[in-house]
Amino acid sequence: MKTLNKLLSNKSSPNPRAGKPKPAKSRNRARFNLRGRLAIVAGTLGLCSLALIGRAVDLQLIDNDFYRQQGDARFLREIPIPTSRGMITDRNGEPLAVSSPVESVWGNPQELLKAPDRLPELARALAVPADYLTRKLGQRSDKEFVYLKRRINPDQARAILAHNIPGVFSQREFRRFYPQGEALAHVLGFTNIDDRGQEGVELAFDDWLRGTPGAKKVIRDRRGRIVENVDLVRAAQPGKDLTLSIDRRIQFLTYRELKRALLETGAASASAVVLDVATGEVLAMANLPSFNPNNVNGANRDAHRNRAVTDLMEPGSTMKPLTVAAALEAGVITPHSTFNTNPGWIANGHYRTTDHHNYGVLDTTGVITKSSNVGASLIVHRVPDQAFYDFVRRFGYGQSTHSGFPGEASGLFPAPARWSGTTKQTMSYGYGLNVTPLQIAHAYATLGNDGRAMTPTFVKGGQRNEATQVVTPALAREIVRMMQTVTEPGGTATQGAILGYHVAGKTGTARRASGGSYERKYVSYFAGLVPVDKPRFAMVVAVNDPTIGSYFGGLVAAPVFKHVMEGALRLMDVPPDDIDTWLAAQAAAEAKRSSDHAVAAMPMQDDAGDAMPDDATTATVAGATR
Amino acid sequence: MSARLLLAVLIAANMLTAIAVVFARHEHRQLFIQLSKLEKARDELNIEFGRLQLEQATWAESNRIDQVARTRLGMVFPESGDIVVVRP
Repeated sequence: MKTLNKLLSNKSSPNPRAGKPKPAKSRNRARFNLRGRLAIVAGTLGLCSLALIGRAVDLQLIDNDFYRQQGDARFLREIPIPTSRGMITDRNGEPLAVSSPVESVWGNPQELLKAPDRLPELARALAVPADYLTRKLGQRSDKEFVYLKRRINPDQARAILAHNIPGVFSQREFRRFYPQGEALAHVLGFTNIDDRGQEGVELAFDDWLRGTPGAKKVIRDRRGRIVENVDLVRAAQPGKDLTLSIDRRIQFLTYRELKRALLETGAASASAVVLDVATGEVLAMANLPSFNPNNVNGANRDAHRNRAVTDLMEPGSTMKPLTVAAALEAGVITPHSTFNTNPGWIANGHYRTTDHHNYGVLDTTGVITKSSNVGASLIVHRVPDQAFYDFVRRFGYGQSTHSGFPGEASGLFPAPARWSGTTKQTMSYGYGLNVTPLQIAHAYATLGNDGRAMTPTFVKGGQRNEATQVVTPALAREIVRMMQTVTEPGGTATQGAILGYHVAGKTGTARRASGGSYERKYVSYFAGLVPVDKPRFAMVVAVNDPTIGSYFGGLVAAPVFKHVMEGALRLMDVPPDDIDTWLAAQAAAEAKRSSDHAVAAMPMQDDAGDAMPDDATTATVAGATR
Repeated sequence: MSARLLLAVLIAANMLTAIAVVFARHEHRQLFIQLSKLEKARDELNIEFGRLQLEQATWAESNRIDQVARTRLGMVFPESGDIVVVRP
């Protein structure tokens, strides 16, 4: 309307003026046609407004969506709302992996390059060389985003921002911290820079732990500043917490003892697994060498492996209780059968199966107590191939334990069709098949749990499967009682005995296979259950390639078992099932102390110590090896 | 007559709803800002809690406690001779 008025006023004003300079001409002209002129003007204006209306219709009605979209795209932004990853705690709620906010400083190169005089100041604040920063920004001069420093302490970020350099911003990100450090590194795994799980539990439960970032709509100005929050598109869903079955204290003990064993024996690597017999929960799982999960670099990838779950080794003599159990179930031997292991070796194809000593005639228990390879061979010869295979397979050898741990190996246990003439005899004492330490622990836990197999799990209360009865409770108890003799005087692992508790266990020393033959390197095992009366824990210790001193499982791995289990039994308040030995040991210690006091006066008193009952002596010995 | 009245009422109603829409939108934005603020406060507190938990866990790290107990406090693990077994 305004323009119309203007036009009208313009039109009316020239008229009188036009009349003034040349009054004669206008008088000469034929009559001035006002009507015609008005019609032309009105017509032109009408056409103009028609064009405007047409354009308005086009904008408002026809292409409305397109233009609205284009408009929104220029100032409306959907920005993500970051969310934190769930916490991982141990079975008592102690944090094992916590996400904590860190700041990532980023810059807008286009804006930064406009003020080159401030770049040296920025470089100093970032603690990088100035020319490096200039080069980096120069390469990205057409971009609007570049990370200047990722994942730093919020205080540091604030110090950088305090310089108030235009084009420098900071955004919040989350970083994972592992307060337990390397003791639990293998089980937990770690996350990458984008907070995605890369290994271990972090990977296995990534979907559960990871939150879904939310989104909100904001209006931004040209320089990227948020003018107004418009709408919440979707609320951020923080990741859910996860309670592991790991007990932090037992885990630490396991790691510490394993580390000590590694130092004392000069071994290349070692693994240990502690299972809760009744539930199948993993209470501790430690491996060495380890790494610091708070500062993961790609250099030492070998240490990242959770050997207890991924590494396959021949189980060695820890296999023998299963061999004996298979024979007992098949009914081909009884606990009182005797085996003549003379002369300490037996032929196996072109090879010989030998014992460390000639043990002479052994009964079934004696084969386990002395860990006689010849005895195990004699036993397995009576068991039909298929029966032996089926029995061992029921204990989970040759198949994954379904613990859900990423990269879990299922082992190698060939079917009878692929056996050669010597295979069965070799398998009876633990060669010719491959298992993981977790599988051994699982098999022993099954024996300790009256023959019911529980799926190993890393989550507290995570037992999903029904227990499967693998062998009869009577047979399982029989085998556990036989294994008890191993830690008693005359057994191969008196170092595994724990004062006040009966321990059932089995040592193992397996030569490592390499390139088709066996090298002079060993894996030392101890697998045990405690307390025998009603087993609570199953633990497997595997020490790979001990180089200092002995390599026998009873001397290398059994002390680790003893020290960890002593602590675990105390921590979990497991009542002792063998108080008598304890009392005897105490009486002996008392006698020794009083004899020490009197030793100068009455040297004869010393003999009293030798006259102690047999088991009491061992208990003191076991106590002294601590 | 009645048609005119109806028209007037409709126009008035139209105006009213238009104002109501504006008002509701305004209120929505205000509330959204408040919500964001509260959420931010909640997140800050959660994060602070996480940080404190982390700090606590770091101080309570088994290795450190073991060290402090042994070296600074001079504690030792009871030897078998120090334990008295009482028959229940």
